[in-house]
Amino acid sequence: MNPIPVEAIQTALGDKRLQTAIYSSTGRLMDKRAHAIDPAEIDDFQGLRAQANAIKKHAIDNLDYYLEQLEQNVIARGGKVVWCRDANEAITFVATLAKEKGVKRIVKSKSMTTEEIDLNEHIEHTGIDVVETDLGEYILQLAHEKPYHIVAPALHLTRYEVADIFTDNLHVAREEEPEKQTQIARRVLREKFLTAELGITGANFLIADSGAIVLVENEGNARLSSSAPRIQIAIAGLEKVIPRAQDLATFLKVLGRSATGQPLTVYTSFLSGPRRQGEIDGPEEFYLVLIDNGRTRLLADEHKRQSLYCIRCGACLNHCPVYRKIGGHNYPWVYSGPIGAIISPQFHGVTKDPWLPFASSLCGACAEVCPVKIDIPKVLLELRSDITTAKRAEGAGKWERLAFRVFSYVMQRPKLYEMGAAMASAVFPGSHGKWLSSLPTFMSLPTTKNWLSKRDLPPPAERSFRSLWRERQRAKGAN
Amino acid sequence: MPRVTLFVTCIVDQLFPKVGLAMADVLERLGYQIDFPEAQTCCGQPAFNSGFWDEARGVARHFLDVFEGDSPIVVPSGSCTSMCGHHFSDLFQNDPAQLARVKALEARVYEFSRFLTDVAHAGDLGAHFPHTVTYHDSCHALRELGVKAGPRKLLSHVRGLTLKEMDVAEECCGFGGTFSVKFPDVSGGMAQTKIDSILRTGASHIVSVDSSASCNSRASSPARDSRSKPSTSPKSSPAANPP
Repeated sequence: MNPIPVEAIQTALGDKRLQTAIYSSTGRLMDKRAHAIDPAEIDDFQGLRAQANAIKKHAIDNLDYYLEQLEQNVIARGGKVVWCRDANEAITFVATLAKEKGVKRIVKSKSMTTEEIDLNEHIEHTGIDVVETDLGEYILQLAHEKPYHIVAPALHLTRYEVADIFTDNLHVAREEEPEKQTQIARRVLREKFLTAELGITGANFLIADSGAIVLVENEGNARLSSSAPRIQIAIAGLEKVIPRAQDLATFLKVLGRSATGQPLTVYTSFLSGPRRQGEIDGPEEFYLVLIDNGRTRLLADEHKRQSLYCIRCGACLNHCPVYRKIGGHNYPWVYSGPIGAIISPQFHGVTKDPWLPFASSLCGACAEVCPVKIDIPKVLLELRSDITTAKRAEGAGKWERLAFRVFSYVMQRPKLYEMGAAMASAVFPGSHGKWLSSLPTFMSLPTTKNWLSKRDLPPPAERSFRSLWRERQRAKGAN
Repeated sequence: MPRVTLFVTCIVDQLFPKVGLAMADVLERLGYQIDFPEAQTCCGQPAFNSGFWDEARGVARHFLDVFEGDSPIVVPSGSCTSMCGHHFSDLFQNDPAQLARVKALEARVYEFSRFLTDVAHAGDLGAHFPHTVTYHDSCHALRELGVKAGPRKLLSHVRGLTLKEMDVAEECCGFGGTFSVKFPDVSGGMAQTKIDSILRTGASHIVSVDSSASCNSRASSPARDSRSKPSTSPKSSPAANPP
């Protein structure tokens, strides 16, 4: 059971530069989304969300059927489908294939699934050059950092920091203008694209009825990664499958708008197997790697299964007041923000980071913006219940459990409740200020002190409502 | 005379009793006869939100017993309304007998401002409050109940009152019940964002339909002074100025 990373969180909170970077970047994304979903821009965005939710629900409820259909159609187009139970199987497949085919360089486009399985680190160990080609991911690869955000991985870095990273790692003249920095990356990466033998992408959607893999991006690097090298691998989680090509219309309308406020991203690519006779481009070999890595465990839970609907737009991160304070690196896994808080415990077991689902004020901003309508607060609440149950089984969290048992006992006994409350207000009458810190509190004492370092709880009123009410009714009766 | 039942919530009962009395005044002025079942305690939300669902279920069952009946139940809190009006059904999702009782209850529960706008159709209550105020959208009222226009409409009927909106009115104040206990620094940071926005409005009072959320803003305000003194209910203003 990992504890709350209190110090790291405090460091993030105290870093003014970082706070400004997070707040302004996410704020910009929020504004853009708000504009893009305005009724003047699109009809019935809420209806599209409901439709996206219904399609995902149907696809996930019938996942076995659609995955088999997908496999048949990918094979029919000349591709191969590789089923991987976990990260290790996926990594082994990529490493073995690369070795077999004499690959020396791999170009990669941005993919959270490959981050999830730590693909780069493992492949680099085999001596192969793996290059991230999304600008943000490329910056992070040079800086040896993990993505800070699902959609905008280098959201926490300023252009001055990017300038430092480029001069230190690429030995180029310092450039602080984002356009110039992009040109530097473009120059370096173009050569990598042309020399790589293997291209790896993720997948935004897998279309069952046509066997096509859909990639959504803004930089064109995913299109290049999937067309320049002679071997192509798309790595995707099982849950990315959607039934029909026509369903894509719904998802493309909500994805770009929710993620970056774009009606449509700049590039939408369809990968459908290797180059066929008569075609002028495309890879010679095409593999679709389908990863479970814990997803079928989520599938088993009827209430929390909706966590698999996620299309990785990042809107819940942008709108989350907790993410906007603690930032992306204080979440225990590559999936940060509200979606990370609901999927990490389900992938890793609820007792690994038992604090995570509690790191939410349950304000509901995430659910309000989720394009596929995942009820994130509800899943958080279910997880909290799972965690206390698991802790009970392990004999942990005894004091908190005792406190809530007492709470429950008292709240079912009005006389006891009134007596207890009267005692509290008799002991601390009008003690405006830090009265709570003198109570034998239901939380551990240091916790309470910490709470009070930021705020006071108003002291109990000298007389409760019920006592004043009785008097009021008596006075009325007397009149 | 139509009847309503008050659920004042444990927070109003113990910390902000005047809010409850003000609410009663307004309802009586609108011609309602008020029942206050004395056996009421809490909705159980602290236990529910902390993952102690068995413990919360016990409190919820007590609530169902106490509020048996058919008159509307009026609650001076969006959060507690959402607990008994939405989340009791989560607690009893596998218990059809209790679930039927919960469904009957849900149809009767109203957050106070919603009751005023949608049931009582309250307009000008003769209220007078010559100050600039800002309205804090508490999260559960806003997102789980959809209470947004109602309180603003009620405030528009208060004479002398100027409503100045915050630039981040819909952002969470960071309270979140036990969240503020477990993550005091994060909660404090969130409150600070909200407070800065409140101060930018120049309002002398904050109006909210949730006393608990205003705790966090009040408690975390820089000087903890009277500049951001919350008036915890838009409905307290009519009572503060009886005719």
